[in-house]
Amino acid sequence: MRLSPFNPRTSELCEPYNWSLWQNWLLADMYAPDHIQEYYAIRSACGVFDMSPIPKYHIHGPDAVRYLDRIVTQDVSRCAVGQVLYTAWCDDEGKIMDDGILFRLGEESFRLTTGDPWLFWLEDNTANLNVVIEDVTDLGTLALQGPFSRDLLKTLSKADLDNLRYFHMIEAELAGIPVEISRTGYTGDLGYEIWVQPHQAVPLWDAIFEAGQDYSLVPFGDYALEMARIEAGLLLIDADFYSSKRVVHDFEKSSPLELGIGWAVKMNKDYFIGQKALKAELARGLAWETVGLEIDLNSLEAVYAEFGMPLYLPYEAWMEAVPVYSDGQQIGKATSGTWSPVLKKYIAIARLRPQFTSPGTRVNMEVTIDAQRKQTQATVVKMPFFNPSRKTSLGKV
Amino acid sequence: MNAKNKKYDAIVIGGGHNGLTAAAYLAKAGKQVLVLERRHLLGGAAVTEELYPGFKYTVYSYVVSLLPPQIIRELELPKHGLHIMPLEGSFTPMEDGNYFANYPDEDDTLDEVRRHSRRDAAIYPVFSNMMYDLAQAVKPILSMVPPDPANPGLSGLKTLSAFGSHFKSLGKEKFYWLTKVMTMSAYDFLSEWFETDVLIATIAQVGIIGTFLGPKSPGTAYVLLHYYLGELDGATSSWGIQKGGTGGVSEAIASAARSYGAEIRCNAPVEQVIVKNGQAVGVVLENGDEIYAKTIISGCDPKVTFRKFVEEKDLPSDLVEAIDNFKFRGSSGKVNLALDALPDFPAMQDKALIRAMQEICPSVDYLEKAYDDAKYGSFSKRPLLGCVIPSAVDPTMAPPGKHVMSIFVQYASYDMPAHGNRDQQRDAFGKAVIDTLEEFSPNIRDLILHKQVITPWDIEKVVGITEGNISHGELMIDQLFFMRPAPGYSKYRTPIRNYYQCGSGTHPGGGIMGTPGRLAAAEILKDGN
Repeated sequence: MRLSPFNPRTSELCEPYNWSLWQNWLLADMYAPDHIQEYYAIRSACGVFDMSPIPKYHIHGPDAVRYLDRIVTQDVSRCAVGQVLYTAWCDDEGKIMDDGILFRLGEESFRLTTGDPWLFWLEDNTANLNVVIEDVTDLGTLALQGPFSRDLLKTLSKADLDNLRYFHMIEAELAGIPVEISRTGYTGDLGYEIWVQPHQAVPLWDAIFEAGQDYSLVPFGDYALEMARIEAGLLLIDADFYSSKRVVHDFEKSSPLELGIGWAVKMNKDYFIGQKALKAELARGLAWETVGLEIDLNSLEAVYAEFGMPLYLPYEAWMEAVPVYSDGQQIGKATSGTWSPVLKKYIAIARLRPQFTSPGTRVNMEVTIDAQRKQTQATVVKMPFFNPSRKTSLGKV
Repeated sequence: MNAKNKKYDAIVIGGGHNGLTAAAYLAKAGKQVLVLERRHLLGGAAVTEELYPGFKYTVYSYVVSLLPPQIIRELELPKHGLHIMPLEGSFTPMEDGNYFANYPDEDDTLDEVRRHSRRDAAIYPVFSNMMYDLAQAVKPILSMVPPDPANPGLSGLKTLSAFGSHFKSLGKEKFYWLTKVMTMSAYDFLSEWFETDVLIATIAQVGIIGTFLGPKSPGTAYVLLHYYLGELDGATSSWGIQKGGTGGVSEAIASAARSYGAEIRCNAPVEQVIVKNGQAVGVVLENGDEIYAKTIISGCDPKVTFRKFVEEKDLPSDLVEAIDNFKFRGSSGKVNLALDALPDFPAMQDKALIRAMQEICPSVDYLEKAYDDAKYGSFSKRPLLGCVIPSAVDPTMAPPGKHVMSIFVQYASYDMPAHGNRDQQRDAFGKAVIDTLEEFSPNIRDLILHKQVITPWDIEKVVGITEGNISHGELMIDQLFFMRPAPGYSKYRTPIRNYYQCGSGTHPGGGIMGTPGRLAAAEILKDGN
């Protein structure tokens, strides 16, 4: 088991001792006995999530752009220094291996974050290009998310945070500590990710929490994060999809086009791994499409009423395959779902047959009560479910 | 067309949250609706005002819990800005330095009860289940028009018979408990379960909110249940605060109403309802303007609805008598504070409880003594205080690092001025609040940047609610269901044709709930208006 560089602080704060493991790193599920307060901090004030365990690779060298363009689906040559891209990467069959965030640190220097560790694969695919790949997962990373995250950071730094655009990054000092700040996150809200050398992790944490007292800052764990990322319509590996390299059966694999992230697949750029298969898939038509579902609460309430129960809502996000039907025929599955406290809606991410994916289509989702299979009505909607303008807007001048 | 001459389907008098709710539902049904609000801002008693620069006060109200999910869903309120954040339970400091806390996590609460009494900890989950069941049993009544058993009519008979089987399905034991909760005092009811005084006090204080009764007065157990019906996303009896103050709830409902086409006018006080041949046809504003509509709906309290807007000659004498006897008796006030920093409660071990409701009700006797003062026309020397610090979870309420504290205070007798002039009484009342709070939070006085003190007569004068009762009349068993506001006049209609009522003085009563407005709109539409 490995410990984040922020562990001296997170271990003191994780009151219910509720931890899980992420790549064998210790990760707090929640810091308070109830994660709903943490969720509301993300949507009303601000919160900090220790995302240090996320695998990180420093990719640099004269051929870094050519190399990355060969392996990821995004067009890296069009990524400016200081810009950040969401991208996927596939196997030769065009099946997704993982998704992640690519940061252009310099002309020949990038950082890639991933869901699973991929050092072997990144190295195996250098194809004699002049590029160096280093695992820099030890770097400390904090996600500071929420409507007041910018106000908080501005009290610690002279950097021009008001003009830092969504999916861009800068080098800065926070309370005198050198960091990189990227306007990125996994919550769909205004937010930043802060990258720091491990030996300065604790002083950075302390500075942020001291300043945070004025902004109702709380640490948040995985439970609150899951609710927020589903509202934001963001996919999770091992929940909404599986890595094609880590499953055995073909049905467990999916393509980025099926997952609704085709916008991050630049089909017309030069060769990349999986390009040919993805083009063929597009020509042939998709087998699945990924959409949002809004569960009809009146219908769900009626299902619970059959059991003499009041409506039950999932305050914790669930991540499992749940059948979705139309006219009694299964047409796909929901893969993640949660009650959305800000939207007052029960929402789910689902992968359905394409003829059922236009917004407004009525479908049924399975609900299990007392081991009895029931169905509730749901409506197909576009994702993201929650997309406030502050996520991308610039600060006050 | 000149707005003055425009003909509306419906005019709603009063832009409080119930008036706005009724307007939203009527507009959604395609009606041309005009809302007339006396003040410069919407919300009635659910308003937010920045009375000290940078600090927002939820002036007259404080927490939200009773707003039902149907209204949130049907009016799509989150889209219009509804954003309710749950409070982190409650915290009751005791006079000996000990405390009692109620946490969002049930096991934490049980640990806390166990710290005071192992016996009470063992029975607490049984009590919680029973209250939950009773709340579920009563809940359907709250979302329907109450049938009058004396004059049920055909649909009323059906409803009554449905009730019959509904209550039968509760089983004997729960039915007896339901009878007890309808008739007993909060203290007697709770004492059958618990031995821990501070636990009883913390639960019982909910039973006296908005009433002119003490925890040992019969009828308060029902009020307790009334508030148990509150929920946040299905979590019963949990309390929340609206982002930006409770005015945000009113604004969200108003925004929904406007999105359906309702017209809302502020600074438009209504003087009178125009009645011709026993039928309401319009209103006269204080400035003399006359506006006509097919239907007139009053969101004001029963006294204003029946004794101000219309003439006695247009009403039957039994209604006049019932309204004159209707008990308002405003018993609560508010103190709003702008604070330089978070206050310190020495008894607070878990600092997260600063985001909970801080209840100053250290014992049952404390509450009953507070009532003793009020019985004889004074304010409580040591009142019940329900404090929330919205800025601890919502940084939009105050500048960075600064805070607002919203303090619900009971008892403040409406009759207080009998003992001196109002300004002096208000100052003395405000002083009693701060003196009391200081006993439990010694640094509070030093932190105060600005203070607003509100008495029942301030609520009456500014908001317009008779005797300043936050529920538009006490929530007592003789003023509820088919008796609210008067026997025979409980179905949102009035003896004057096309004149309706939709305020908290109608079923099911007070709190930021919206149900009276929703039910009234449904009845109006049912009448073909």
